[in-house]
Amino acid sequence: MTCEPTATADPAWRSYGASRRSTRAVRVRVSVALVAAIVLAVLLVPPLVHLDQQAVDLSSKLLPPSWSHPFGTDDLGRDLLLRCVYGMRVSLLVGVAAALTATVIGTAVGAIAGALGGWADRGLMRVVDTFSSVPHLLLGIFLVAMFRPGVWPVVVSVALTHWLSTARIVRAEVLSLRARPYIDAAVSGGASRWRVAVRHLLPAVLPQAALAAVLMVPHAMWHESALSFLGLGLPTHMASLGNLIQGARGSLLAGQWWPTLFPGLFIVIPTLAIAGLAGAWRERINPRRRSELML
Amino acid sequence: MLELHDITAGYGRGAPVVRNATLALAPGESVGLLGPSGCGKSTLARVAALLHRPEAGTVTLDGDPVRGWRYRAPRTQRTAIGVVFQQPRLSCDPRLRLTDLIAEPLRATGRRDEIPECLAELAPAVGLTPDLMDRRPHEVSDGQLQRACLARALVLRPRWLICDEMTAMLDASTAAALVAAVEEYRAATGAGLLAVGHDQVLLDRWCDRTVHWKKLTAAVHE
Repeated sequence: MTCEPTATADPAWRSYGASRRSTRAVRVRVSVALVAAIVLAVLLVPPLVHLDQQAVDLSSKLLPPSWSHPFGTDDLGRDLLLRCVYGMRVSLLVGVAAALTATVIGTAVGAIAGALGGWADRGLMRVVDTFSSVPHLLLGIFLVAMFRPGVWPVVVSVALTHWLSTARIVRAEVLSLRARPYIDAAVSGGASRWRVAVRHLLPAVLPQAALAAVLMVPHAMWHESALSFLGLGLPTHMASLGNLIQGARGSLLAGQWWPTLFPGLFIVIPTLAIAGLAGAWRERINPRRRSELML
Repeated sequence: MLELHDITAGYGRGAPVVRNATLALAPGESVGLLGPSGCGKSTLARVAALLHRPEAGTVTLDGDPVRGWRYRAPRTQRTAIGVVFQQPRLSCDPRLRLTDLIAEPLRATGRRDEIPECLAELAPAVGLTPDLMDRRPHEVSDGQLQRACLARALVLRPRWLICDEMTAMLDASTAAALVAAVEEYRAATGAGLLAVGHDQVLLDRWCDRTVHWKKLTAAVHE
């Protein structure tokens, strides 16, 4: 008699796990396709399509979506599809720049605090606590209000309010690494503090920091939109997603939904796609967490 | 001489792990330190290797009193002592290939140009074949990794060697090979050895004398 696996309970389990996995695979594919499409559009449309996104045409203002204007036109007759692509370009630039800056600051602060310990650690962590105690959108508004509207003040404002969690994650990681015997071995081999940090500690925390950076891109884009919507972020002539929605508020009340809806989708869909990719990446580098989440 | 005098050491909370331990090694001497699990012998070994600052007591290394531990110890004092730890997995940076692992102390002390020569000499001495040298720690066995750890400890040609349960995780033949490699190095250089362990038979055969943990700490109180 051969010993066959019991067929009664297994298929349910298997199909449960399999459907779970296939949903995840589909989600990753959709996310990759969306991010690729957005990046391509943002990179290729401006040099290839010779249309002026700023061209005002008052005779065709506030046209609903049609074949000639798939997303319709805004209150100055500018094509919304083109404006959205240009806005995406600015938002993505701000998001990536702010996320990278925040991650570099956070990693540096966390690594210094964790590697040095003692008063340096206590001092730096109190700075982190101080920053965290103020609502970060409020702090961001305060920072951006100190400058003339432009791309870089927004980047600085978002970066300076978003390095805190990275600093905490990196510090915790470095503290746990610091006690490993391989650091003892390096010290015994004559390595300086600096060499231990650069050669052994930083490479170990880089995957975590990179993941934090990617997860922060959508968040930073939301902040750019929020600041621009409040009129504090980018200058109003510059097409950014926040500016587009801000400019469309009046026409929304008049029943023209397209100038609000399409830029809104342009914020939501890419951020979901990037977050989906980052989530899949996190599951890959941290499988234990995945199994805990799947229970 | 490597002298530990009246050492009290611990990890901050509550009672210290090591109380008033005294131990002296003559140049070229090999001493086995025997004790049960958890008695504090590894902590004492870390103090002797200048990796853990004791709460009280003095360490004298070749006539010079030790004033700082870890990064605060002068590099010449730190590198005069080679250390092999109990668990090879934990004592190796998982990102480094065995070649880099062994050469790391040479790089850290600015002696890059000696790397090819040292590796060519050390790898056969500890029994590592060339095909292993390009692998990372997770691609070799515990025994092979511990051989690399021994090579790393020897690469700066220390005057003292501290082996903290070096063979506890290994099978008999690998243990014998590693002990033979240590003895070969000592015969060539006259280095002193502190071998920490719980295997009395091994330590008795390996070392000039074996000290029991109890006697080490009792000597001061008597």
